[in-house]
Amino acid sequence: MNELVDHALDAAQRAGAGYADIRITERETESLTVKNGALEAATSNLSTGFGVRVLVDGAWGFAGSAVLTPREIERVTREAVEIAQASGLAAGDPVVLDDTPPQVARYATPVVEDPFSVSVDEKLRILFEADAAMANVKGITVREGTIEGARERKSFASSEGARIEQELTEAGAGIEATAVNESEQQVRSWPNSAGGQHVTGGFEAVREMALADNAERIAQEAVALLSATDCPSETTTLVIDSSQMALQVHESCGHPIELDRVLGMEASFAGTSFLTLDKLGKLTYGSELVNIDADATAPGGLGTFGFDDEGVPAQNVPIISGGQFVGYLTSRETAPIIGRRSMGSSRASGWNVIPLIRMTNVNLRPGEAGTLDDLIADTDDGLFISTNRSWSIDDRRLNFQFGTQVGWRIRNGKLAEMIKNPTYTGITPEFWGSCDAICDPSEWRLWGVPNCGKGEPMQTHRVGHGAAPARFRNVRVGVGKW
Amino acid sequence: MVASHTDRRAAPDEVVDLALRMVRGDAEVLYLSRDAALTRFAGSRIHQNVAEHDATLRLRVVDDGRTGVASTNRLDDQGLAEVVARAQEICRRSAPNPDQPPLAAADAGCGESDLGFVTATAEAAPDRRADGARAVIAAAQAANLVASGAFSTEASTIAIANTNGLRSQHAATQAKLLTVMTGEDRASGYAQAISSDIGAIDAGAVGEEAADKAVRSVGATDLEPGEYDVILEEYAVQTVLEYLSYAGFSALAVEEGRSFMELGKQVMGANVCIWDDGNDPTGLPTATDFEGVAKHRVDLVTDGVATGLVHDTATARRAGVPSTGHALPAPNTFGPLAWNLFMAPGSSSKETMLSSIDRGLWVTRFHYVNIVHARKGVLTGMTKDGTFLIEHGRIVRPVRNLRFTEEIPAAFSRIDAIGAQTKMVGAEYSGINARVPALRIGRFSFTGATAAESGE
Repeated sequence: MNELVDHALDAAQRAGAGYADIRITERETESLTVKNGALEAATSNLSTGFGVRVLVDGAWGFAGSAVLTPREIERVTREAVEIAQASGLAAGDPVVLDDTPPQVARYATPVVEDPFSVSVDEKLRILFEADAAMANVKGITVREGTIEGARERKSFASSEGARIEQELTEAGAGIEATAVNESEQQVRSWPNSAGGQHVTGGFEAVREMALADNAERIAQEAVALLSATDCPSETTTLVIDSSQMALQVHESCGHPIELDRVLGMEASFAGTSFLTLDKLGKLTYGSELVNIDADATAPGGLGTFGFDDEGVPAQNVPIISGGQFVGYLTSRETAPIIGRRSMGSSRASGWNVIPLIRMTNVNLRPGEAGTLDDLIADTDDGLFISTNRSWSIDDRRLNFQFGTQVGWRIRNGKLAEMIKNPTYTGITPEFWGSCDAICDPSEWRLWGVPNCGKGEPMQTHRVGHGAAPARFRNVRVGVGKW
Repeated sequence: MVASHTDRRAAPDEVVDLALRMVRGDAEVLYLSRDAALTRFAGSRIHQNVAEHDATLRLRVVDDGRTGVASTNRLDDQGLAEVVARAQEICRRSAPNPDQPPLAAADAGCGESDLGFVTATAEAAPDRRADGARAVIAAAQAANLVASGAFSTEASTIAIANTNGLRSQHAATQAKLLTVMTGEDRASGYAQAISSDIGAIDAGAVGEEAADKAVRSVGATDLEPGEYDVILEEYAVQTVLEYLSYAGFSALAVEEGRSFMELGKQVMGANVCIWDDGNDPTGLPTATDFEGVAKHRVDLVTDGVATGLVHDTATARRAGVPSTGHALPAPNTFGPLAWNLFMAPGSSSKETMLSSIDRGLWVTRFHYVNIVHARKGVLTGMTKDGTFLIEHGRIVRPVRNLRFTEEIPAAFSRIDAIGAQTKMVGAEYSGINARVPALRIGRFSFTGATAAESGE
């Protein structure tokens, strides 16, 4: 492998590159899906390849290929240089990278039980047990459960002398129950929607999810939702569960703090950001209770690693401190623009694409409002909502609207009737400014979001968000007439 | 001797046959290759410029009700042997499923097709994409605007073979240029062109369309949310159809009760016809689905009545009909998908639509649309890159972006006029492209706005 790496870096420099790096990546995944009592999908995927990134006269070029031979590396490196030269036709100011020292290091995800060593029989036992529990509930029309594992081995080397080897291991699982009647389709998921919960780590995380123990309950809730009360259209107090808080953080904080968006680099696709450079250190983003960090070192986070794909060490940096906006997610190209060194969030979803600024684990710190039960007991009137179903936000990350799978009315500090089709909408700083309680660390969960999209060609990446349930005042719920 | 990956890519039919010969029992081989390049610009400069070359072989092994699927992008002899072993092993260890979809029949394939393959697109050099980017940037600079966007070219091959004797292969190309231009006061404009043929992409025209829209967007002001008559440009219509496809055009969606479609029922206005056709050269053709079944035209909504659903082999078997050729790669729990959509034109022009509106909105495109309630076809999203207030038949001013939340089948029952011209519009990322007209719709529901004091 070292010979191939040296070959690419030598070829790049011979062709005139002022800077070059190469990533060689092998990603292996396994997935099992049980649907309606039968094994619907059993897959094993392997993708291997390399990408060469070069700077020629301050302009970027990148090319990648699946063929790991010296000849192909030579050809692809030449192609990357030619592409960089074409970039030079309309390049603007030369790209300048920060002064992050080149690292020579290794990192591996701590794993107790290797997901690839757990037998198919054992994984199917877990899934069929959960499926049977959902099947016990009359009225359920679709039952589905999935267990996934992934391992990514990455070698990174740069012309500056970096040499990094990483092995990242991921595990994930989830179940879902669907009920329908003549006018409604209602779904409940556990532990989360969109495929469940995902972590960096081993199969121990899947066992901790206790899929079967929660299967009957979510199935009952799906059926109950069919005859539940429609979400009222009103402005009210909203208590949001930990998993939906994770997506709230993702859309209204995680994306707008990406410095490439702020600088307009995503304007034609993902959009820009309301957190413009003039707001750094000056904007009140939320109430004093709101503290958000970007922590690539958080154990188990789906955005946890040793080094990003520019060779920058994983870090934990403050983003929102006491409600004040204090930090961005950055890369080696963008950090110098705000006078900083990269905080290590430049990540590529595969060997075939360039690293972009991506979330790591953007976490809302827990508060002091006790448990979820304490928070509801402290709320006279409002709604408690759980588990994301729908999401949308404008291109500057201000105007959002979310839907969740389920809600309950809160009356006099107690959960009352179930609410179906809950939606809520708001404007980011106003919404976070209305946060008046966040539950304590006992309720804090680190959620994996495995489907974050960004960039052209679009990269679907894996990120994390830690959050505890939180309360917001004067939120508009029940949006639209339908 | 170990064959190189590059050699194998030149002959996908040989790769799939070789893999099939290595399998014991019934199997399906899906080969996908992609040579893609993209030149991205922002701040009126090229800031990302990439190319990738990949080919993946996906093997589905079926044995006594058990199925295993494995994929690899290592196409040398060792890689093929390894993926065969993995697929067979996972098949052996899996549980039987009597409802597993059958392998497609030999006569269901499309043979060999290159409908929609243009050599000039496949061979486009980075200089050509850079020239396109420069033309767009020049249009922006001439109007004192900043250009962002991407110019991409791609050649892809899909080849499928199975042990029933089916053989399908389709090679296609795609060139796509899009831009968002921004100006003072957060004004913005959008334009896009997409075609199999890079020669059909007029970068100057794309630049001028976006610049015109951005210049006219300067000075946008707040507008109260509410119900407005709207003109949806083709970009916005494509996005709506894309999400309707996700929500309800598949047979599995109807089976599982998550679709607004009910065959034989009037689900939209009598002036609405929507169909899927992978063989129409005015779209972006795909001759085969991922099971190797030749794609057939499916009339989804005819005169407002739900008349068809797209099928894969699994849903087709349960429904007792032939597959329509809309399978996604196996295994697939989501079901079939319509991704070559068309909407019938009407007889109106945008000017005529405009003149007929007393008070309403002109919407260029939608952003970040999502499904709120699939069964009812409720979508939400934001307007973007050119939203204008119409009064007394004229555009009177640009307005800040608004959020819509609308039950789309109901809204498509209130279409007052349909454009006589259609435009091919590429999806932002899903691959559900559509050739559509502009629409005039009554009482479209806008449920939120981002006011100036919020930073908009």
